[in-house]
Amino acid sequence: MVNQWVATLLAGRVPDWFVALITSTLGAVGILGFVLASNVLGVWMERKVLGRFQIRYGPNRVGPVGLLQTLADAIKVLGKEAITPFGVDRWVYWLAPGVAFLPALLTFAVVPFAPGAALADLDIGLLFVSAVGALGVVPIFMAGWSSNNKYSLIGAMRSIAQTVSYEIPLVLSLVGLVLLGGSLRLSALVEYQLQHGWFLLTQPLAFLIFFIAGSAELNRTPTDIMEGESELVAGYHTEYSGFKFSLFYVAEYTHLFAAAAIITVLFLGGWGTGPVLNLAPAVVWFVAKVYLVVFVFMWVRSTLPRLRIDQLMGFCWKFLIPLALLNIFFTALWVYAALSGPVIAVLNLLLAVALVVLWTQLLAGEEAGSPVPYVARPGG
Amino acid sequence: MLPTQPYMVNMGPQHPSTHGVLRLRLVLDGETVLDAEPVLGYLHSSKEKLQEEHTYLQTIPITDRMDYLSAMNNNLGCALAIEKLAGIQVPERATYIRVIMSELQRIASHCFAQGTLLQDMGAWGTPLMYFLYEREQILDIFEMVCGARLTYNYIRPGGVSQDLPPEFFPLVRKFLAEFPAQLDDYERYLKDNEILRARTVGIGVFPRELAINASATGPTLRASGVPWDIRKADPYCCYDRLEFEVPVGQRGDCYDRFMMRLYEMRESLSIIHQALELLPPGEWKAPVPLVIRPQPGDAYAHIESPRGELGYYLVSDGGASPWRFHVRAPCFINLTALRDLLVGHKVADVVVIVGSIDIVMGEVDR
Amino acid sequence: MTRALTGAELAEAIQRSFPSSVVETQREAVVVAREAVRDICFYLKESPELDFSMLTSVTAVDYVDYFEVVYHLVSLSRNQSAILKARAPGRADPWVPSVVPVWQGADFQERETWDLLGVRFDGHPSLRRILLWDGFPGHPLRKDFLEFDHRTVPAATEPQGLS
Repeated sequence: MVNQWVATLLAGRVPDWFVALITSTLGAVGILGFVLASNVLGVWMERKVLGRFQIRYGPNRVGPVGLLQTLADAIKVLGKEAITPFGVDRWVYWLAPGVAFLPALLTFAVVPFAPGAALADLDIGLLFVSAVGALGVVPIFMAGWSSNNKYSLIGAMRSIAQTVSYEIPLVLSLVGLVLLGGSLRLSALVEYQLQHGWFLLTQPLAFLIFFIAGSAELNRTPTDIMEGESELVAGYHTEYSGFKFSLFYVAEYTHLFAAAAIITVLFLGGWGTGPVLNLAPAVVWFVAKVYLVVFVFMWVRSTLPRLRIDQLMGFCWKFLIPLALLNIFFTALWVYAALSGPVIAVLNLLLAVALVVLWTQLLAGEEAGSPVPYVARPGG
Repeated sequence: MLPTQPYMVNMGPQHPSTHGVLRLRLVLDGETVLDAEPVLGYLHSSKEKLQEEHTYLQTIPITDRMDYLSAMNNNLGCALAIEKLAGIQVPERATYIRVIMSELQRIASHCFAQGTLLQDMGAWGTPLMYFLYEREQILDIFEMVCGARLTYNYIRPGGVSQDLPPEFFPLVRKFLAEFPAQLDDYERYLKDNEILRARTVGIGVFPRELAINASATGPTLRASGVPWDIRKADPYCCYDRLEFEVPVGQRGDCYDRFMMRLYEMRESLSIIHQALELLPPGEWKAPVPLVIRPQPGDAYAHIESPRGELGYYLVSDGGASPWRFHVRAPCFINLTALRDLLVGHKVADVVVIVGSIDIVMGEVDR
Repeated sequence: MTRALTGAELAEAIQRSFPSSVVETQREAVVVAREAVRDICFYLKESPELDFSMLTSVTAVDYVDYFEVVYHLVSLSRNQSAILKARAPGRADPWVPSVVPVWQGADFQERETWDLLGVRFDGHPSLRRILLWDGFPGHPLRKDFLEFDHRTVPAATEPQGLS
């Protein structure tokens, strides 16, 4: 919106390329500001939320309700010694933290915060999102490989296996959305949702798959096996300290917010509020939804234990991918039959429940051993 | 296929989930453990030698520092051994106080073990914090009784160092009233948790025969289906007058070891309940000289510590300090068969198996 | 209640199969000739009327003239316990046979006893130091180990074993 205002202000007075430069720079700065503010707020929120889930207070000393704790930590981290271990691949080791930040940031380029408020509302926005999202694995592998540490290397190898696998259901789950929405442009998908109901309702199975696979891509518990702090120390960033470590940290939260923004755009109706609550500006609703999704991610993190690598891969290949394929098939069927939105929503909801239950039963048969009762006998 | 080769990873001594300074040398094929060897001694502080320089009474505080998560039980075992060696009779009230204290300590220790095991499984902090919350309440009770939260020096030869204060009873009754509901909650959330079951069922199976042959004791042995509990098999203090049951597992995997502790906490609660009811009035300490000089000879006393059979083998030469002070450390001996449990599992299982055996390095290395 | 076999009972049981191997019968324990320790342990474990399936503890005591290795055995099925002792004279190379072939549980405990007291367990599959590091001079729980100069102690080296 600011961009449009600036563009009209400048139009005719300066060359077009200069207008484009100014507006895109403004947009980039705005997004960067949003991302960094969200990072600061997100770290604080995560610590506060986890603290509350864990019957403790969380940060409450620096600033009001501990709000400035993140800044204090950032200053502390900057003062730390930047350790470069012996035998690292120096170039890659130094590059990786910077590169880690980029893919997550790039995602924001196509996110429509409000009507017309996307930095680049690409025609192939959805494709761009999945392509850039897949890039996230590169810096992790760079960090793991260059660190000259076996834990880092295991973490990096795990992340490759995991990301490559989970990319498939992640993308497949989006095909149903495209079939219904008829476009790859994110703003068009939001517009479709505003007219025909959120994809959360019409594509519940896709939402489930996208949320789980996204969580795996995000490297958060229960799927944070590439970090796996209890087995791999800290995974790929074991050997990083000081500022370089904090860059990974920032990248992680940027990823988190990027994923939350994408989920908001694709499943929660973007900036839309539904017919009733049209009180606040669209962008406020959008940001509120993003934080809600982030909260759900934190909730999951504080609740579940971590899966093992083979279980995680099995879950992807045996559970998510078949369901994603079935979802595509049935959605195509509904679209071919030209059903209306509410009918699709009801059908898909039933389908999602039925498929999840069926598949769980199917997979449960492979589990080793059923619960065995315990006998309590006096010894001796 | 690319040619691959096994590689060695040092897990520990500095590692988030080796419970102190356990070091495991793992030979891995990708993620699968081909060979494993525990390397011990990073916390060795020569406590057995140290005890030979101290009087019998002075040995008690040093035992606090071995298994620092269940120091009460360490005190108790040492006191029992000294009493057996020197032929000291303990007043009735003291035996009940000892049982109450050591069972509270068992709950506190099991709470910590459960919490850290779930932490090892990657449940980020939440279960640990809840279990620590319960443990804190017990530590508060201990602090009230003897002024210390971890190293108590409370159970002494001849009895206990001081009587229970009157404020003790309402606090313990409150804990006894509140904890079962919490325990129900934990059981409900954890027992059938899909991920927890996936991570523990069938992992690190300790076969019954191997467990006996490798001298495993405590929950580790009972999870393998052996109903062997020193409190039942060879009752000390007043355990023969208390009703309780010994939970026994079936498969001997990590899940069973995990559930053993959950069930044992319940039994401990019932023991404390009964002991509080039966607690007789009277002396809490027999008159024992400050410097005990037992007759030359040896004595072995054992108790059921939260981690297994904690035994003290004391030899006296008639002097004021023990000639030999040997500790049969359950954590140390439970590690004997660790290699058999680890081989064939994944790296992520290693921490779960080690966590389910519940070791305290202070006792392993002594 | 675990019934502790008295020395006389245990000595009688041992003497039935191993005459002349009992050196001394104490009130609670039996001292046997060290050469026969492993065979006696096999017998105690395998014989159905004794069934000492578990070795609770192995340790040694330094009596200056000799080292006394103490075995605490327990029978889970019969709830009986017994104490077996064996003496290893001399300070240069005291040895007793290892009972690891009988009970795996002796593995770490024998290594610990070797480490701290210097009693060699003959036939142990890998008798290495366990708590102290390779190259540590002497065995600290011995009565003649009075002090050590940490400046002259060689630094810890990687333990041998896994390849």
